[in-house]
Amino acid sequence: MTSLGSYLHRHPRLRLAGLLSAPLLWLVVAYLGALAVLLVSAFWTVNGFTGEVVREFSLANFRTILTEEVYRNVSLRSLGVAVSVTVICAVIAIPMAFYMAKVSKYKNALVIAILTPLWASYLVKAYAWRILLANGGPMDSIFGGPGYGIGATILVLSYLWLPYMILPIYAGLERLPDSLLEASADLGARAGRTFRSVVLPVLIPSVLAGSIFTFSLSLGDYITVQIVGGKTQLIGNVVYANIGAANNLPFAAAIACVPVLIMVIYLVAVRRSGALEEL
Amino acid sequence: MRSGRIVMAALAAGVLTLAGCGDGGSSGSTGSGPGGLSVPKIDKLASLGAGEGTVNVVSWAGYVEDGSTDKAVDWVTGFESETGCQVNNKIAGTSDEMVALMKTGEYDVVSASGDASLRLIYGGDVAPVNTDLISNYKDVFEGLKNQRWNSVDGASYGVPHGRGANLLMYRTDQVQPAPTSWSAVFDPASPFKGKITAYDSPIYIADAALYLMKTKPDLKITNPYALDDTQFQAAVDLLKQQNELIGEYWSDYTKEVQAFKAGNSVLGTTWQVIVNLTKADGAPVEAILPSEGATGWSDTWMISAKAAHPNCAYLWMNHIISPKANAGVAEWFGEAPSNKLSCAQTADKNHCATFHAEDEEYFEQVWYWTTPLAQCLDGRTDVTCKDYSAWTQAWTTIKG
Amino acid sequence: MTLSASARWALRAVMAAGLVFIYVPLLLVLVNSFNGDRTFAWPPRDLTTRWWSAAWENEGARQALLTSVQAGLAATAIALVLGTMIAFAVQRFEFFGRDTVSLLVVLPIALPGIVTGIALDSAWRSVMGDLGIGKGLFSVVVGHATFCVVTVYNNVLARLRRTGVNLEEASADLGASGFQTFRYVTFPLIRSALLAGGLLAFALSFDEIIVTTFTAGPGVTTLPIWIFNNLFRPNQAPIVNVVAAVLIVLSVVPVWLAQRIAGPSSGVLRGSTDA
Repeated sequence: MTSLGSYLHRHPRLRLAGLLSAPLLWLVVAYLGALAVLLVSAFWTVNGFTGEVVREFSLANFRTILTEEVYRNVSLRSLGVAVSVTVICAVIAIPMAFYMAKVSKYKNALVIAILTPLWASYLVKAYAWRILLANGGPMDSIFGGPGYGIGATILVLSYLWLPYMILPIYAGLERLPDSLLEASADLGARAGRTFRSVVLPVLIPSVLAGSIFTFSLSLGDYITVQIVGGKTQLIGNVVYANIGAANNLPFAAAIACVPVLIMVIYLVAVRRSGALEEL
Repeated sequence: MRSGRIVMAALAAGVLTLAGCGDGGSSGSTGSGPGGLSVPKIDKLASLGAGEGTVNVVSWAGYVEDGSTDKAVDWVTGFESETGCQVNNKIAGTSDEMVALMKTGEYDVVSASGDASLRLIYGGDVAPVNTDLISNYKDVFEGLKNQRWNSVDGASYGVPHGRGANLLMYRTDQVQPAPTSWSAVFDPASPFKGKITAYDSPIYIADAALYLMKTKPDLKITNPYALDDTQFQAAVDLLKQQNELIGEYWSDYTKEVQAFKAGNSVLGTTWQVIVNLTKADGAPVEAILPSEGATGWSDTWMISAKAAHPNCAYLWMNHIISPKANAGVAEWFGEAPSNKLSCAQTADKNHCATFHAEDEEYFEQVWYWTTPLAQCLDGRTDVTCKDYSAWTQAWTTIKG
Repeated sequence: MTLSASARWALRAVMAAGLVFIYVPLLLVLVNSFNGDRTFAWPPRDLTTRWWSAAWENEGARQALLTSVQAGLAATAIALVLGTMIAFAVQRFEFFGRDTVSLLVVLPIALPGIVTGIALDSAWRSVMGDLGIGKGLFSVVVGHATFCVVTVYNNVLARLRRTGVNLEEASADLGASGFQTFRYVTFPLIRSALLAGGLLAFALSFDEIIVTTFTAGPGVTTLPIWIFNNLFRPNQAPIVNVVAAVLIVLSVVPVWLAQRIAGPSSGVLRGSTDA
């Protein structure tokens, strides 16, 4: 044991290999491997009759997706929903997180209050919204709408993912020492200037970190939209319809490329801000 | 597993050669399926052996109850102790999901509806059933045996489980006069725009086809599941137009009951069980079998071609259509039982009357869900019909 | 920060409105667990406790809860090991591709669940299926562990960045073996980060449905799957509300525990920065 330990101590490369081999085997081989197989299968087709996958290279799936107008519409609609949800969550979460981190005396209680709903099943919460939004239900009698549809979908998704936006922003602001804010004020900066020069550099990576959640969770959702979306369909529904339902894995994989592409571009774009470590 | 696949491939190749030689379904050596299509040859079980201790089941919610949801609702525990076969159940949400699950080869039996059964049969995923080994089979309603969706060439591929029709439900306080025809849900000038609902599945295209079959004779539709390009396009266009009227599509019944009670939906397709539940909750609804007839479903218990536990699977199929269990499922799920003797076993003595279980005339107007195939199911050989994956992609475009 | 009184009031109002927004639907779940109507008609016509007694006797729900706890614990254990290993590698070593590691670790949770789900499902079937290993609880654990690694990784990494290597070097200089250093120096340093990351991993696994749908084998019903199967059946839907109400109440326990252990400052996936 001891001799092995000192041997390893003298050979850092070996220690590194020991540390990295298992996790990389898992994430690269198992996870990325599975993703790669999925993406490859997007170039295959299914025999419409027996449902067997035909493993021959074909661009037919991508041709369908690019030429049929409905897939473009669905993709754009999903993107619009994800962006709206992210913006709404950020707008609500920033003042709430700021209050929690910098104003309130009851930080811990408020963090618990924000975390608790995450444990109530997501399906149950979505169904509760279905009741709230029903004809003659509370939302209808108080606000006269919005009823089921794309608006309701955005509302409910914002509700579901809001804590995932509040918490990283709170964590970021919490790390910002109060003394820094006071120093800025002492040096004569007005609130606006303090916000821009001191708060914003902390806020931006935190909001971006939160947005990874709200954005990707909205982009992949297919259950909430079935519950409150009226007749709306999003990209998740189309993927699900083709895999869970029609067993057309190649076509589902081809459609799945759309959210994957969007997310990878987004992640690479926000990586520079350090957002990935703010999660 | 691997060797099994090779055998299958060889069989399929052999079958294809045979089909190529035939002249379209008249001779015994070609496939008897639509358009001369052949079924992979899979042997049925010759005799029952000892149970394997386990059976893996794919079923509709409510078909396999072991008392864990409600202590009084249990037709599994007795079976398990009697046969020693432990039942592992996986609930599928849609027919399409059932097919996907059966293709994994992890499951022994499935309660397939007609829009899944042919896909399973022609895909070689299920084996023919030796009905001699199932003592309760003789008591099944004749109208359910050896039908297009559960048998090929006189060979039975499963035991019928239950059936029902896709009815037209409406709010009596809002939809007046009461509808008599499916035109109520297709009329572009409908006053109920935004409050009409329809079933959320590609198979719903058949409802439009059925309506066109009766109202547009020029299209010459003879089977709503066998649609050539023109017929299919007409049905899809009708549904695209209907999409303007739809408030939401439904797929689970809590959602539909709730929508009709709240008044988000006032008119649309439904199942008998949903009607009963909505009424029981005090909403003013009625349902009719419209003048055009209706689509419907008949479920069949089928056994996997790769079943790891065939003996337990046979014991299960016999058990699930036994009068007591069959009546239990029919009442819990809300459908017409398949066993003649079940009607005497239901707790609610009116159950069979409510669900028209013994009313063959009623079910004659029902076009049971059947998988659409490229080879037209109505026997036409001069055209190609739209297959189910075409239906699925069309459904996406209909919803927009 | 010195804020004007009106700004404080405005923030307080937003906070209050936000909490109302968050809690009204949960309150509705609680009320509906007593709603006599099977599909939650609003307003409730009569109140009943029969759903609560039915839920109490519902063995399926209890079984599903147990399955979820098992899956959550196993996935958390794997995530703890893998996440800690990557964090040490990244923090203590220079190597080619180090900058892409954080991207790789985040990917499973950042890609939509349905993509992760179908990728793992089809890979499992074609690779493990040929080895004769069908899907079961194990495949659920594998799926969950994959997207839980990030919680542990971020927590431990943040802790290691702050603590540096001085203590460990001192320990080695004093003649401690590598194992002793880990046992007596490194582990106590990262313990609270591990707990925080582990709790969050468990929470993520516990309410996951989409990846689970695609990776669960026959007979494996986690609590979200049970809820999914039962919510859509009017006879069962009210019982689901009871289960959800119980979960909300019970959830205070792990959340409170996390707070006690990890200190007040929690990111979603990074339970603590100051312990």
